[in-house]
Amino acid sequence: MRSIRIGAGAGFAGDRIEPAVELAETGDLDYLVFECLAERTIALAQQARMRDPAQGFDPLLAARMRAVLAPCRARGIRVITNMGAANPLAAAEAVAEIARSLGLRGLKVAAVTGDDVLDVVRAGHYPLDETHETVASLGDRLISANAYLGAGPIAQALERGADVVVTGRAADPAMFLAPLIHAFGWSLQDWTRLGRGTVIGHLLECAGQITGGYFADPGYKDVPDLARLGFPLAEVTEDGTAVITKVPGSGGRVTPATCKEQLLYEVHDPARYLQPDVVADFSGVRVTEAGPDRVRIEGGDGRPRTGTLKVSVGYRDSCVGEGQISYAGPGAVARGRLALDIVAERLRLTGIPCRETRFELIGVDAILGPSLSAGAPEPREVRVRVVGRTDRLADAVAIGNEVESLYLNGPAGGGGATKSAREIVGIRSLLLPEHLARPAVQIVES
Amino acid sequence: MPIPLRAIAHARTGDKGDISNIAVIAYEAGDYPRLERHLTADRVKAHFADLVRGDVVRYVLPGLGALNFVLHGALGGGVTRSLALDAHGKCLASALLDLDLPDD
Repeated sequence: MRSIRIGAGAGFAGDRIEPAVELAETGDLDYLVFECLAERTIALAQQARMRDPAQGFDPLLAARMRAVLAPCRARGIRVITNMGAANPLAAAEAVAEIARSLGLRGLKVAAVTGDDVLDVVRAGHYPLDETHETVASLGDRLISANAYLGAGPIAQALERGADVVVTGRAADPAMFLAPLIHAFGWSLQDWTRLGRGTVIGHLLECAGQITGGYFADPGYKDVPDLARLGFPLAEVTEDGTAVITKVPGSGGRVTPATCKEQLLYEVHDPARYLQPDVVADFSGVRVTEAGPDRVRIEGGDGRPRTGTLKVSVGYRDSCVGEGQISYAGPGAVARGRLALDIVAERLRLTGIPCRETRFELIGVDAILGPSLSAGAPEPREVRVRVVGRTDRLADAVAIGNEVESLYLNGPAGGGGATKSAREIVGIRSLLLPEHLARPAVQIVES
Repeated sequence: MPIPLRAIAHARTGDKGDISNIAVIAYEAGDYPRLERHLTADRVKAHFADLVRGDVVRYVLPGLGALNFVLHGALGGGVTRSLALDAHGKCLASALLDLDLPDD
């Protein structure tokens, strides 16, 4: 049976760059996919584009492409990425420019557009999943609305000969499903194969999270050489079964355990993993060892897609102010608690209007909360953390200032104060009938 | 003898909006029935009483020896706006492994 090899070159915007180069040079790949677009990133990118129409794509696009374009061109590896963010066309032009500067002429770079559905959503009465209010309730706080596009337009770009495909918002697994559709000629109604391809895409989309990243627990789950973690690749056959592996000599490990953790990562009902192309069914997936750092994946399935696309809506939510300061030695917890009490009273006395606050001790209860922290031995050092949500940035700034002023006005021995204040872009989601998004493919050449 | 969950299972947290999911996976297939019997949605909800405001739903995956817990209202109103130190709830899986499972 025919098979192709797909590698994952990044699992988030800030991911390491060398593992992708290693995959391109020694992975014997056909495709290299970079997933770099978190939920909120596209709203921030939209703001950047509003400031400068030439911007709005991933700031690391240039660095990643400079690192991999030449080895990919030399070996005929085609690249797919969502680093186009809020401006896929400008990103495609940037990639073509980088290719030219590297002396790579005639490289075809496709931009997939049409995920931006802001105008459609603004005009309609679509309820937001989280609040059940319509998008209109966000008023002028609305920044962006992007539909998760499926594999179709990416496969189309490959069909038209693209060497690099740059998208904005696309479903992460769809970036891996598209080359399978293209290479094997899978029908867009072959729900079983689309479901299997989605399983593979989901396993690869977080890159190092399946090769031993986000996994190690010393003494329980040991992972060798995490500083040189290799990123994964899948050998996929025409029927949609796959072996997940990594290049020999790279760090990390691929085992049934790493694959099972990643299979269920960010999954709700495993029998209904909603995608633009298919409702994938992970419930019958079988994960078996097929050799050292080789794991066989089979048994995925799928059912007809829902006909709606998930849309992420970005909006200006609020401001958040935060301050931290440390106490150590005997009595550290008592001094930390006193510091928290002082700041709480200061916020009242000075009339800082907070919609929501947290007063906590890092090292004691900041993450686990009071019940799960109860009975633990007292630590020798704690870090006070005060954080609050405000409407105005100036009020957010005041929260950090109150923590910082503990240096001179608070308990004994407060050190290492830090503060921050920022405007928060929030994300809500809604469902849009799929025909209202109009994906398009545009190709530029270096 | 009660046994720490961490001795027989590993776990991973994922996030989407204000919902966290925790996959709990038995190291050995033979330990899965014990997980399924004792690690109920109610038990998980009670463990995270301070942190999870909504329902906890459990999905069983006997073929993988795994349970998937979906924790609603677990991420301080949603990852993008949460005031929590660990806004993604990445730490929740490790906190769950702190549970003890009773004898069969």
